[in-house]
Amino acid sequence: MPTSMQNLNRRQLIATAVAAVAALTIAGCSDSSSPAPAAAATVTQADIDKAMTTPTTLNFWTWVPNIDKEVALFQAKYPAIKVNVVNAGQGLEAYTKLRTALKAGKGAPDLAQIEFQYIPTFSITKSLVDLRPYGADAIKDKFVDWTWNQVTGPNGEILAYPQDTGPMGMLYRADLFSKYQIDVPKTWDEFAAAARKLHAADPKVYLTDMAANEQGAWHGLMWQAGSKAYSVNGTTVGLAVNDAASKKVADYWGGLAKEGVIATDPDFTDTWFQGLNNGKYATWLTAAWGPVFLGGSAKSTAGKWRAAPLPQWDASKPVSGNWGGSTTAVMTGTPNAIAAAKFAEFLNTDPESAKMFNSVQNFFPATKALLADPAFASQKSAFFGDQQVNQTFAEIGETVDVSWQWPPFVDQAVKDWTETAGKAMADKGDVAAATDQWQARLTAYAKNQGFTVSAG
Amino acid sequence: MTTTTAATAAAPPRRRRSKTGTSGYIFITPFLVFFLLFFVLPLGYAGYLSFFRDQLVGGTVFAGLDNYARALKDAQLLDGVLRVALFFLVQVPVMLLVALVAALAIDSGMLRSAKLFRLGVFIPYAVPSVVAALMWGYLYGPDFGPLAQLGDRLGFTPPNLLSDSAMLASLGNIVTWEFTGYNMIILYAALRTVPTELYEAAWVDGAGAWRTAWSIKIPALRPALLLCLIFSVIGSFQLFAEPNLLQRLAPNVINSSYTPNLYAYSLAFTSQEVNYAAAVSFLLGLVIVVVSYVVLFLTSRGSRR
Repeated sequence: MPTSMQNLNRRQLIATAVAAVAALTIAGCSDSSSPAPAAAATVTQADIDKAMTTPTTLNFWTWVPNIDKEVALFQAKYPAIKVNVVNAGQGLEAYTKLRTALKAGKGAPDLAQIEFQYIPTFSITKSLVDLRPYGADAIKDKFVDWTWNQVTGPNGEILAYPQDTGPMGMLYRADLFSKYQIDVPKTWDEFAAAARKLHAADPKVYLTDMAANEQGAWHGLMWQAGSKAYSVNGTTVGLAVNDAASKKVADYWGGLAKEGVIATDPDFTDTWFQGLNNGKYATWLTAAWGPVFLGGSAKSTAGKWRAAPLPQWDASKPVSGNWGGSTTAVMTGTPNAIAAAKFAEFLNTDPESAKMFNSVQNFFPATKALLADPAFASQKSAFFGDQQVNQTFAEIGETVDVSWQWPPFVDQAVKDWTETAGKAMADKGDVAAATDQWQARLTAYAKNQGFTVSAG
Repeated sequence: MTTTTAATAAAPPRRRRSKTGTSGYIFITPFLVFFLLFFVLPLGYAGYLSFFRDQLVGGTVFAGLDNYARALKDAQLLDGVLRVALFFLVQVPVMLLVALVAALAIDSGMLRSAKLFRLGVFIPYAVPSVVAALMWGYLYGPDFGPLAQLGDRLGFTPPNLLSDSAMLASLGNIVTWEFTGYNMIILYAALRTVPTELYEAAWVDGAGAWRTAWSIKIPALRPALLLCLIFSVIGSFQLFAEPNLLQRLAPNVINSSYTPNLYAYSLAFTSQEVNYAAAVSFLLGLVIVVVSYVVLFLTSRGSRR
């Protein structure tokens, strides 16, 4: 072995040098070929008409099942445009692929499904096309206000069109509540009292499971509490994940976890699904997509659940946060920006398409028209004892705080949350103190990435 | 093993080298091409990357040894390395001992269905590690696993095998289960090469089965054991698939820097710090080389005694 190593030494050096040169060339290429952000000049109607009648193929990366049904509606109207739907996975996997393709400078799609929290992360790398030149401002009023804020960049650019949303509410087991004589809590104080009462009455039952791995719900609750954890302005990023509101949330849940009156099991695991089915958890603090999801995963409890708004910090001013939901974004570098932008617009604003997202994919709508549609709002859900669950969540949606922002590096924020505050929740430690660590880690990361960090 | 090759290779006559040079290179060309293309080139590129820093704001700049300096001070990386070192120190001896006993048992010829036994021990190695980790993850499950259900029936609280304190042992158990058979096959194959004359001589000298095993078989196995040990060093320090899969079941126990490989992966794909991930990978490689060398050094010193 050593002989071959010795012989290889020189060879290895040469190869390394070759690799280095090759890499330099590659890096050079990708830098020069990475396209400049789209110019903000408005596109004329004639341009649009021409683009929509020219045979074009759009590549669209999305994980949404059966989206070809909505795509078919578009293609019926614009037969010249062919939309090629590619399922590039979901969550981190999908974003990693997208990022890699964008970095490589080729192979990236014309459009991609992007969750709200990822918009600043992709906009900082200039990967999202500003949709204003393609008529975004004109359709602003079709979308729920807070969703529009979520897709608006720091300089007013419109980076995507909202598709579905997840305003947060509380699903609860009416049967358990009446068995243990618990009133539906209106405030977090009442919620805590109920948690103690319920667990004392039956040590096998917890009022809720605040999953120690679920940053989505946690962020939603920070959002509700009015935390201003993140803000972006050019290369300055405001970080305050340990602000007063965030610590209030942390103290509250950390305290209940330490008392042992709520569960902290990881969610979307076998344990958790069993807990929902066998009555271990009496509520699920979830988003508007939760009711349909629950109906599919806890069939044995049909008819026992009801929906209500989240408990409040201040009952006189009801507020909610959002958890989940996604958008359609046009990716920088697409040669078909007009067609792509119009497709994204059609998909999310056409009444029939928007309705289909609700009826086929069970998405909770982002358009005002559908939310106000009596046929939507008055639907009765047997799983919830014929309650008009859509109506409940539509009302909650109006209370979602409009000012919440996401950081330009959401993966890191999520990872650091899991390893600090989430970890403290699981260990029943000091969660509020853990948010300081979260802040410290995230600040170090942001500085390392070249951002100027301001507090809040 | 390496010491002997090194000794013979240290002083090859100049004449011989010039004679065999050309044809030798032609023979290894196919290998070399792939070796360069798929090993040296990516390695070199990773090394090159590790000297830069790509920031979300400010783009790529030359960073010199900054990434390495940062890695050496990185508590998360250090924790991970110490964790896999502990894993190595505990898990590997257990695994090799079990593999050794199994190999000796098969070789002793005193097992009734040796072939079946051999197959049984080896089969876990044929199970993909992803499947193995998922399967064990189910068995460990604190609410639904068989142990938990047994505890529920008999009224005792089973230990949570996915908790902070038990996780490393749980992982060790999976890895032992997976790789004992593999090591056993290596050891058993080595045992088959021991000349039967030795056994006959031992038998004539009045040695029993235990004495034969202790004085002939185990010394004969030294090179094979060393090979297993080196593989285990690499395997332990590069632990990835098992913790990565159990992470889903215990997301608050296995964090993104639980093992150094997991850390490098999360740096590259979650934190978008590809350059730093490359530096971490290189340092991990260095740690493996050093540990392997120490293991070789210690064991070869033992053999001279």
